[in-house]
Amino acid sequence: MATQILMPALSPTMEEGKLSKWLKSVGDKVKSGDVLAEIETDKATMEVEAIDEGTLSAILVAAGTENVKVNTPIAVIAAEGEDASAPVAATPAPAASAPAPAAASAPAAPAIIGVAAEPVEEEYPAGTEFVTQTVREALRDAMAEEMRRDDSVFVIGEEVAEYQGAYKITQGLLQEFGDARVIDTPITEHGFAGLGVGASWGGLRPIVEFMTFNFAMQAIDHIINSAAKTLYMSGGQMGTPIVFRGPNGAAARVGAQHSQDYSAWYSSVPGLKVVMPHTAADYKGLMKSAIRDPNPVVFLENEILYGQSFQVPKGEFTVPIGKAKVARPGNDATIVSFGIGMTYALKAAEELAKKHIFVEVIDLRTLRPLDMATVIKSVQKTGRCVTVEEGWPQNSVGSEIAARLVSEAFDYLDAPVLKVTGKDVPMPYAANLEKLALPTVQEVIDAVRAVTYR
Amino acid sequence: MAGRQAAKAIVETGPKPLSNEQELSAYRAMLLIRRFEEKAGQMYGMGFIGGFCHLYIGQEAVVVGIKLAMEEGDQFITGYRDHGHMLAIGMDANGVMAELTGRRGGYSRGKGGSMHMFSVEKQFFGGHGIVGAQVSLGTGLAFANRYKKNGKVALAFFGDGAANQGQVYESFNMAELWRLPIVYVIENNKYAMGTSVSRSSAQTDFSKRGVSFNIPGEQVDGMDVRAVREAAERALKHAREGNGPYILEMSTYRYRGHSMSDPAKYRSKEEVQKMRSEHDPIEQVRARLLANGIATEADLKAIDAEVRDIVQQSADFATNDPEPDASELWTDIVK
Repeated sequence: MATQILMPALSPTMEEGKLSKWLKSVGDKVKSGDVLAEIETDKATMEVEAIDEGTLSAILVAAGTENVKVNTPIAVIAAEGEDASAPVAATPAPAASAPAPAAASAPAAPAIIGVAAEPVEEEYPAGTEFVTQTVREALRDAMAEEMRRDDSVFVIGEEVAEYQGAYKITQGLLQEFGDARVIDTPITEHGFAGLGVGASWGGLRPIVEFMTFNFAMQAIDHIINSAAKTLYMSGGQMGTPIVFRGPNGAAARVGAQHSQDYSAWYSSVPGLKVVMPHTAADYKGLMKSAIRDPNPVVFLENEILYGQSFQVPKGEFTVPIGKAKVARPGNDATIVSFGIGMTYALKAAEELAKKHIFVEVIDLRTLRPLDMATVIKSVQKTGRCVTVEEGWPQNSVGSEIAARLVSEAFDYLDAPVLKVTGKDVPMPYAANLEKLALPTVQEVIDAVRAVTYR
Repeated sequence: MAGRQAAKAIVETGPKPLSNEQELSAYRAMLLIRRFEEKAGQMYGMGFIGGFCHLYIGQEAVVVGIKLAMEEGDQFITGYRDHGHMLAIGMDANGVMAELTGRRGGYSRGKGGSMHMFSVEKQFFGGHGIVGAQVSLGTGLAFANRYKKNGKVALAFFGDGAANQGQVYESFNMAELWRLPIVYVIENNKYAMGTSVSRSSAQTDFSKRGVSFNIPGEQVDGMDVRAVREAAERALKHAREGNGPYILEMSTYRYRGHSMSDPAKYRSKEEVQKMRSEHDPIEQVRARLLANGIATEADLKAIDAEVRDIVQQSADFATNDPEPDASELWTDIVK
């Protein structure tokens, strides 16, 4: 029986990759463990090994092909004695099996990939040229540019140097800046977070990478007690110019301990600035601002957004911390979101427009200080507000927005403020349950229809 | 149990003598801390100082001996028992006392309190209320020294209690791995709040706590300012020359409770009295000053009067200085 070799997934969030080269040719005998090909994504390069004995009878995807979807057949291995030239039924292996949803009401997963927001051109001077970049590249460029600009900026964290970043955010930095400024640490979050804060007091500008913010829970004492409070406790003498950054929130299928969204936690702490961008341009511009900021900045990234592409202005620019933006104008209702929540918000806005409900989508970008002025200005126009985030509902960012609107813009509200959030449960592993635990585009649409009574 | 808990005798290194000037300055510096802390205790009792107040009485030789060995620009960072460190490093008694009373002339303008004071000018980086945090933070100061190649050494002070925190060992590992210029000073005053070393520590010889990271360490008689100075010189030289961290376990003793609210039921009065009468760090210097003819009783009386005057002034300042303006509530949150 001939065996199909499928394009493998290298990580929970990988959807496609490049087949960079074949190490075996058609007709070669192969045995289990032989390396057949090399594939790469923007995160990593890996080898595809044979899992059976036989003869490589067909190569279905040529070397150098980009954007090969996971689970696409890429080669065929014929078993001993089999006619290597016999055609193989071209049945693609079932894509990551999708068992019947447990609940009839289980909504479809939102299509969160590839919905790039249009750049808000008016943010940049007329004539600004744009390039297409992933969030990953934008972040790397922001750090590299600031490291060139200021010798006191350095990057420290697990796997940031020789491995090139667990999520490849620091790719190339070691090669350009050397191991005195791009520093691999032991697995020791509490220790290196404190070391980073101390180094900032010693006159440096550390960028502390947490492989994910889930691990920063071990270090949260230094983020809050040492970094956020010291300016105040010193009567203004000290200062902690430091960036704590890394992916935050749910990735895909990594379970409860690797999926928490900390936006509400950090954004409640005086003394911190908290940033959670959506587009690559905002990632870049806000990262540059964060590195230059004299205060501790918690920079919450998202693994699923890392690979998404957006328009990024060419050349030098920064985005100010503390300034929300209107990502999509509209008059009927306001959706307030941030980070990956924006993907649900923008998709819902698009669907609602087809039904002639035109929502204004506000991208907060910064969660502390919170730009309520922009939110209130929009609600004064629309009279209605829905908040969208992946984090838990109790004491969420949306809870704060709702409370502030009630106390600061009550007279403008024509409907209750509704929150669309992740569900009030630890993140489950099972694919169907994970979908249920996250917000959906449909939930956002339903909420907007509820507040617009349409 | 007896074997496990057996306290190791303090290694008598035969401390290098101090010069006459050093003996006199050490005497004065330790006396200032002692009198200041006694006054702070009084003022706490009178209700001028609130919250927690951890006194350094008994441990004076540790910071004063280290001050004799350090260079200009070396950094200090410590925990919540920090008044002695600030006075030893040359911070102003008025500013420290006014911070204790929560007044606007305090080092943190009244917003930090006893446990949270800083002086960038004197390279004093706190004053930390989270037990053990100063060890990672101090390691970061040392990291910056190495990064900037400025030849300075960070001194991170912590107690026998903090020595059981996990981040201490995370810091030890990185400091030795990267050969950071830091001296870890473990002030072993025998009690972590009310828990004796033998009840809290599997390895009671704290100088050995760096063994699995290859960090050299030694036990020092922390009641003898000469021994402290000599060991600190060795440790600072080691760190400054690029050999990485060094651990000094200072065997010391606090005469007072953990904080002002500690009834100290966990140890006997006799134990405290024995330390005071046989090992008092100030009395040791005083005896040498007199025996060696460096100072007369009258000279010492004059120093005593001068110190009392500074302390009284600081108390007067700290009681008369106004509280911070209400607007200060909203300042210094972000720059």
